[in-house]
Amino acid sequence: MSALLEVKNVTKRFFGFTALGDVNVTIQAGDRIGLIGPNGSGKTTLINCVSGVFKPEVGTIRFLGDDISSLAPHRRAKKGLARTFQIPRPFSSMSVEDNLMVPLEYVVHDLIDLTNETAVYDEARELLRRVRLDDRKGAFANDLSQVELRKLELARAIAARPQLLICDEAMAGLATKEVNEILDILLDLNASGITIVMVEHIMQAVMRFSKRIICLSAGRVISDGAPAEVMAHPDVRRAYLGS
Amino acid sequence: MKRGTIPFWVFAALLPAAAYGLPILGMNEYYFYISYIVLQYVVLATAWNILGGYAGYVNFGTGAFFGAGAYAALVVMLLFEAPLVVQIAVAALVGALMGLGAGLLTLRLKGIFFSIATIAVAIIIETFVLNWRFVGGATGVQIIRGPVTYGFETHTRMLFFVMSVLAVASLVIARYIETSWLGRGLQALRDAEVAAECSGVPTLRLKLIACAVSGALMAAAGAPLPLYSSFVEPHSVFSLNYSVMALSMAVIGGMARWWGPALGAVLIASSQQFAAFASPEFHLLIVGLLLIFVVIAAPGGLVGVIQWVGNWRVSRKEINRSASVVK
Repeated sequence: MSALLEVKNVTKRFFGFTALGDVNVTIQAGDRIGLIGPNGSGKTTLINCVSGVFKPEVGTIRFLGDDISSLAPHRRAKKGLARTFQIPRPFSSMSVEDNLMVPLEYVVHDLIDLTNETAVYDEARELLRRVRLDDRKGAFANDLSQVELRKLELARAIAARPQLLICDEAMAGLATKEVNEILDILLDLNASGITIVMVEHIMQAVMRFSKRIICLSAGRVISDGAPAEVMAHPDVRRAYLGS
Repeated sequence: MKRGTIPFWVFAALLPAAAYGLPILGMNEYYFYISYIVLQYVVLATAWNILGGYAGYVNFGTGAFFGAGAYAALVVMLLFEAPLVVQIAVAALVGALMGLGAGLLTLRLKGIFFSIATIAVAIIIETFVLNWRFVGGATGVQIIRGPVTYGFETHTRMLFFVMSVLAVASLVIARYIETSWLGRGLQALRDAEVAAECSGVPTLRLKLIACAVSGALMAAAGAPLPLYSSFVEPHSVFSLNYSVMALSMAVIGGMARWWGPALGAVLIASSQQFAAFASPEFHLLIVGLLLIFVVIAAPGGLVGVIQWVGNWRVSRKEINRSASVVK
């Protein structure tokens, strides 16, 4: 079976600084992956390279077997690759519901009948229900709490009907109850067939969520495997706790 | 059908019809002369808002597009004695191509860097025209008007009608963009460009479309200028004032809706004609003060104020209704 995502020998430099050095990662369909690493280890840079926000200097990125290395982010979104952001980036001048209209109109426009406004809004409400935000459909982003903003990011990402969803610290700054709520939503989304890569610092959440963990340090993959195995790896312990 | 569609199209049909029929009332020629300017600013402010308001890219190159339109019209007039319709079409094409070119060069810049780059574009084009002898260089060129078009008594009245058609066209285009997928995409990229791109919005393509449409409309607004003023020279045609005025009108009128910049243009350009009796500087002072006031007190412009009053009235009605139910 070919991999859903294949990151091969990817290197990304910012002037003299190597943020990612020769990174290789393979992700299979249906996976639940935790991407961990200390601050500055290159997690967000890797996500940005995969989603097309950054272009790596070296290496290739394949999605569903196709080389997407040179594709713009909007084309990757159309191929089924969605992401959320570490700091939520809602479309603040739109309502929650209208935020979802953007991917519905631009990504899945050939799968839904956009002329049928009622059906499109029904679809948006169903997406909001899946992330438990349907009671805030008319609210504007400025009026949302932190956890609601995180849910909006998730709803907007899944509106594009992705096969792979990359969540960049979707639980940062949330209370324990809210972390569990987001975790439940992510597990539900994975159960519905979406492969999820979760970048996270909250280790309890990572351990509960992940079937597999990839650990980055100083722009390199230092461990990749089952959660218990990765957490016991001496390099991972050194990266987090120091030598 | 969306709410307001019928009234909009009735208005769109009535404005040029009224512009054509007004001379029957025997109004002084001067009113047509100043109304032309008001409508010209409706086009400029509406065009500015397509890129500046919807996409959030503040363009200081309005004068460059307007001037390029005027000179494009002048060139086809001098070379081929082309009729005004052809002059406008050529000017719009030149404006669209300029918009595309300037967009390709500058749209990867963000915020203030983009705005500075648009000023540079204006300076480059003005410098080019200043050194182009065929169109008179720095001294400009005098136009000898031909006979007036059949159906109109004077050139001014004919140009007033033409500008009313251009104003309606610009409003139709702005309204279409605002209410279509294009508008939502531009709004999304204004709010969060990277997030929009990752949500499937082809941001560069949309910005180029906005640049081209905006440039085409600005240039079309400049096309009748040689006939209107009978004289074209680069310093006044490429003036930064056009950029400042178009921006001020859009901000004061409100950038969120298609009718905001038009409202701002009508108010400011009309007041300009009256205040001009005192001095043009006095009017600029008023516009400046108004701009500061709006930015601080009503960031949504007049559109925001009108919408706020509307919402307030609706909520008051609802409160009164629930109070009567309680009673």
